[in-house]
Amino acid sequence: MSDPQAIRVENLGRVYKIRAVKKGEARERVALTDVNLDVPRGELFGLLGPNGAGKTTLIKILTTLLAPTTGRALVAGYDVARQAPEVRPRINMVSGGESSGYGLLTVRENLWMFGQFYGLDTQTTHARIDALLEIVGLADRAHTKTSDLSTGLRQKMNIVRGFLTDPEVVFLDEPTLGLDVGASRDIRRFVRQWMAERAGRTVLLTTHYMAEADELCDRVAIINAGRVLACDTPANLKRRLQREALFKLETSPLVNGALTTFQTLPGVRKVLHAPHDGFSALDLSLEADSALSGVIGALTAHNASIISLQKREPTLEDVFVDVVGMSMTEAEKHGD
Amino acid sequence: MLNTLRRSFVPAAWLGWQIESNWTDPFLFLVFSVVKPVASVLILVFMYQAVSRAGADAPIYAYIYLGNAFYIYVGAVMAGASYSILDDRERYRSLKYIYIAPVSIPIYLFGRAVARFITGTIAVVITLGAGALFFRVPFNPLTVDWPLFLGALALGIVCLTFMGVLIGTWTMTLRTEPWFVGDAVAAALYLFSGAIFPLTVLPSFLQPIGFALPLTYWLELLRRAVLGPGAAAFPTLAAFSNGQLFGILGGITVVFGLVAFLGYRYFDQVARDNGMIDAQSNF
Ligand SMILES: Nc1ncnc2c1ncn2[C@@H]1O[C@H](COP(=O)(O)OP(=O)(O)OP(=O)(O)O)[C@@H](O)[C@H]1O
Ligand SMILES: [Mg+2]
Repeated sequence: MSDPQAIRVENLGRVYKIRAVKKGEARERVALTDVNLDVPRGELFGLLGPNGAGKTTLIKILTTLLAPTTGRALVAGYDVARQAPEVRPRINMVSGGESSGYGLLTVRENLWMFGQFYGLDTQTTHARIDALLEIVGLADRAHTKTSDLSTGLRQKMNIVRGFLTDPEVVFLDEPTLGLDVGASRDIRRFVRQWMAERAGRTVLLTTHYMAEADELCDRVAIINAGRVLACDTPANLKRRLQREALFKLETSPLVNGALTTFQTLPGVRKVLHAPHDGFSALDLSLEADSALSGVIGALTAHNASIISLQKREPTLEDVFVDVVGMSMTEAEKHGD
Repeated sequence: MLNTLRRSFVPAAWLGWQIESNWTDPFLFLVFSVVKPVASVLILVFMYQAVSRAGADAPIYAYIYLGNAFYIYVGAVMAGASYSILDDRERYRSLKYIYIAPVSIPIYLFGRAVARFITGTIAVVITLGAGALFFRVPFNPLTVDWPLFLGALALGIVCLTFMGVLIGTWTMTLRTEPWFVGDAVAAALYLFSGAIFPLTVLPSFLQPIGFALPLTYWLELLRRAVLGPGAAAFPTLAAFSNGQLFGILGGITVVFGLVAFLGYRYFDQVARDNGMIDAQSNF
């Protein structure tokens, strides 16, 4: 049985029942709505979305931790709701931003035990533990009690646990959440290397870091408020915006009133304004370069002086604003 | 099948022992695993001496002492399963990783119960020893019917573990006050299991509960194994031979095994439907 798709998600929906504060008042929260995704084997797939978008909910469904409310999902060719015993030996998962594991066990003991749960023989387990600890730079900590590890090292141990069983499909839920730059970079490098060495292995990763999705993933789905709004390679997603001209502009301090006039200028798609100490930073999205003259004219009319002006390439951040209609930060405030 | 059994049971038993024996301070280990259960038996002894004028020679004294000594296993093995689930879910945040591994949760809980059984045994042995040496409990290792004792003990522990699986997987579905469940069930069954008084003391409409519980027959068999004919002072189960009691205990154990399995299937689905495998309770 070898489904060419590592993951198939069809019209998937999930609604949480929330116990009401007041009696008898049952409430519901829609976490996922009509999600459709196909992830072929061998792909490093990213789910990019703000807090509360439904990323963890989707991962929980795909890893058999949570039942879907509607629709269905297949992992490695098996239905996660009805064939969980077939799915489980083929997958593994790592969640970021939490410290899990048995603090009283050493790193090696923790990992060995999880190898046992998957039926790995002890020799293979120790060989893999050695190899993986070496790659993440934890080899000298094998005999350290887990409780004595820093957050970053503990997460690296967790990453090793997730890959130890050589899963067909690995789910990484914000694997670099809360880690410093160095540890995050190590983990991204590890994931890339692991993918490169094993043809046909699949990773689904969630993140709300734009750069992480951009740098790491073969394809990215943008998810917001439980819906997948776009899904393509980072390059293709950005190419859709190439028709726009993007500028970064710093001016002397602007009052918000000035902004409304900019937004109505011909050829101006979107203006984001960030006031700073002593200057204003504007992010302009224009239909074409030529629209810039109107903006500069309007600035002059407001007696504002230009400090710097820079044309820039589109990023996933721009793609997010384009498909969601607001920035990631705004979307997170919008959520709850 | 055999593989699932092995990979669920062996690491679970290993982990359970690591946790149970991880008392960097042996004094703390003694307090938690031994002093607490032993003390609760001694409280009863002193209460008995204060309230009853019958003294240690009355059959009820040995009845109570042994019943309570063996009841230590109920807290250790049955209620322990519930703590294993909660420890994994909330303290170590590892339940979700164990759950998505190709293991069977009921068998995992059986594995975790092994270490609890061992620490429970230490407490029971100390309680019995103290009873024989200091409190005139007629416990003499030379006169114990060991085959009966070990047979009954083994069967009862299996049954307690089935009950633990049931309570443990139920705990998995709870977000509110789950820490309370294991001990609450152990305390509720205490009254109905003949641990502290013969069932005939209960109002007649409550007695059927006691007769449906495996603990009732289990404790009776253990007392008979320890005391010999001296255990026959109470009429409740006097009409049954040891073989009959064994048969009843075995039958109820099979029923509880089935109930535990069906209960697990049901609670597992509920926990998955509600996303409880990685929940944090609000305590
Ligand atoms: N157990 C639950 N009960 C009720 N609502 C829930 C539960 N879990 C998640 N939700 C809600 O479902 C929505 C999606 O949550 P989810 O955790 O999947 O988002 P996420 O994209 O992983 O966010 P984050 O970046 O914060 O991890 C949110 O509105 C959240 O509040
Ligand atoms: Mg999340």
